[in-house]
Amino acid sequence: MKTRVLISAVSMFALISSSTTFASEDYAARFGIENDVPGMCSYASIDAKDYSGQTLNIITHAIPVMGEPTALHAKQFEELTGATVNVVHVPFGDLFQRIMIPFQTGQNAYDVLFYGSLWIGDLNPYLAPVPEKYRNSPGMQDVTRNYIDVATWDDQMIQYPVDGDRHYLKYRTDIFENPDMQARFKSETGRDLTVPATWEEYNEVARVFSGWDWSGDGNLNYGSAEVAKRDDLMFSAFISRAAAYAKHPNVKGGFFFDLETMEPQINNPGFVKGLELFVEASRDWAPGGANFGLGDEIFAFGGGQALMSYSWDDAFIQAQQEDSPIRNQVAAAPLPGASEVWNRDTGQWDSFDEPSRAPYITWGWTSAVSDRSENKEMAFDYLCFFSNEANTESDLQIGRFGVNPYRESHFDSAFWTDKLGWDADLATSYVETLSGMDSSQNRVFDLRVPGVSQFMSSMATGVASAIAGQATPQEALDGVAAEWKQIVDRIGVDTVREAYARVVALEDNQ
Amino acid sequence: MYGLTRYKLLFLLPGLLILLGIILFPLGFTIRVSFSGWDAARPGLDWIGGTNYSRLFADGRFWESLSRLGAIAFTSVILEYLLGFALALLVWRQVRFRRLTRVLFLIPMMTTPVVMAVIWRTIFHESLGPANDLLSLLGMGSIPWLTNSFWATVVVILVDVWQWTPFMFLLLLAGLLSLPREPFLAAAIDGAGPIRTFFNVTFPAMAPISVGALIIRLIEASKIMETVYVITSGGPGTSTETSSYYIFIRGLRDFQIGYAAALSVTYLVIMIVLLTIIAKSLSRYLVKNGA
Repeated sequence: MKTRVLISAVSMFALISSSTTFASEDYAARFGIENDVPGMCSYASIDAKDYSGQTLNIITHAIPVMGEPTALHAKQFEELTGATVNVVHVPFGDLFQRIMIPFQTGQNAYDVLFYGSLWIGDLNPYLAPVPEKYRNSPGMQDVTRNYIDVATWDDQMIQYPVDGDRHYLKYRTDIFENPDMQARFKSETGRDLTVPATWEEYNEVARVFSGWDWSGDGNLNYGSAEVAKRDDLMFSAFISRAAAYAKHPNVKGGFFFDLETMEPQINNPGFVKGLELFVEASRDWAPGGANFGLGDEIFAFGGGQALMSYSWDDAFIQAQQEDSPIRNQVAAAPLPGASEVWNRDTGQWDSFDEPSRAPYITWGWTSAVSDRSENKEMAFDYLCFFSNEANTESDLQIGRFGVNPYRESHFDSAFWTDKLGWDADLATSYVETLSGMDSSQNRVFDLRVPGVSQFMSSMATGVASAIAGQATPQEALDGVAAEWKQIVDRIGVDTVREAYARVVALEDNQ
Repeated sequence: MYGLTRYKLLFLLPGLLILLGIILFPLGFTIRVSFSGWDAARPGLDWIGGTNYSRLFADGRFWESLSRLGAIAFTSVILEYLLGFALALLVWRQVRFRRLTRVLFLIPMMTTPVVMAVIWRTIFHESLGPANDLLSLLGMGSIPWLTNSFWATVVVILVDVWQWTPFMFLLLLAGLLSLPREPFLAAAIDGAGPIRTFFNVTFPAMAPISVGALIIRLIEASKIMETVYVITSGGPGTSTETSSYYIFIRGLRDFQIGYAAALSVTYLVIMIVLLTIIAKSLSRYLVKNGA
């Protein structure tokens, strides 16, 4: 009897093992993934669910950035579960209103939303909390502290992390390590050519390497490419620059506002210094550089025209494409810092022996499920499937998808060397820069409050007017501060303060 | 008789209702929204009285955008009129090429504005675009097309002129072709040269059509948006920001729906008043003096 039971058990085990292996190979072949990683969000687990006859409506960005993986995984989800999945693609400029209007008018238009994480201040009343079983999944447990923080509102996770974004410095190692270039830089500035540790150094390097053909391809090169077009995400570039001077590591209670008084800080000497250096840098940009949007910045650095840039991952990934002329000739570094930082408590500049850095955990793509959705289970299953280990590993390798590292496991340099053929030094600089931002105690987050678009739009207009020479940096930011006061009054000081307190809690590491 | 009137009304009613639905309802709703504080934080149609309108009168950026729009619209429409008239006069007598010319000139007008704006943005890209390449081939320096306030305005006008001159050309050519031959024969018998014939016969005879063409184009040009959106985003600074682009920013980017509605209503009223005055003035000076 015992022998028969043992034989049966062994047979069953063999059968299960073989079927699992077969299924795993099958998914890899069918869906172009490397391996299905077992777990609640895996291909096998989702395949076991039956959503036939049910419909999932998704709103996302235009193809390719985030729109393409949304559509790809929606099609796979349909095949696995039998559900009908409708994906609506919307250009970024229209995305907020296309999400917000149905919410405000009581319609149940979309079950799943993909959008910019900084809109959490506006969208939080309409989002469903992520259920515990998804929060406890291995994939979610692997998400880094930054992106758990970004997804959280009132101690509740209401955004489902699918991407990690931050601003960091990218530069050309072939130029920085070239003895001739080093000698030229030293002769012009009297100091060694090093990766910029402050924004003053960044501007100096950019100035020396602007307007001549240092790449030897017959075309003029430039020191820096920056996102400077007013309505094309320029506000994020300005925050990256100003944070170094306006975010004091020892001053708590608000970066954009003084949380206690809700007095805007946007025109304090730290921000003004950041803008002065932004304006100074504009003199050395490539022709038309003041009209560069994110696409231009990606192309200028990724295409080899610019020596340095700073923004999201895209330019770096572009530089590392198989056909890139500068593949494996780039490196990543933290954003430059400042030797002097404005202390709004004492009203003085404080000096630092080592430059103070303020990593900007800039907004990026996130996802959520509508609180009004009648298919929440299916919606969360879709997001769980979207971000399962196999899909994420595949998506990270396709630059145009806009999916960037956001889990601890993504910061293994071997992944980038083995899967994408990056040089070891480059991969190390990349993962160390990105993971280093997580451990910082001086992080800056977006202004995640109701009406964030109004605040950012006002700031971008002020900064653009200073770059265009229509106003001095101080005048421009004084105008922004006055407008911010009006916005706070309109929305309600308590409403803004209550939301901003959550941002401050993140920045103050509470 | 009563029955006939009733039937007439019954047959007209569906059309009238549709007309009311598609014209009056959106307008009425916009006016209602303009008295609300609808934005991202305050959904719905609350009542805040004239707050949006009082805010609007102190909004320098709106008034600047309106005067900028006036400058851009007038300049581009006048250029389109002059060029369109010149081209129409050129092909007026050239019957052999008229069909080909018409087709060629229709192309800019038929293309999607956003697509063309993207192409123009590429042409005027300061480091990669062919416009500056061409200038350097001719031994001239680069022009900061999109990063200098003056040149960015020139680019916006240029693109508008490129796109809409054909419209002016077609309208004016149709006008020229419909003119009676007798006044021209009389002028020829009197020994009038081409310039005198133009100023004393052609131009006055074309005055009513010219006024119509100018007004139609002014209405259209006052809504200029796609070119600004794609090529300059209103920049550098705010130097090419027009009223419609500003309203778009406030309404759809900032999500200040109530305030954007107030801006739209004010803009509509200003445009109706201004265009009425312009139409009356043009009619008085061109049509009456010319006739």
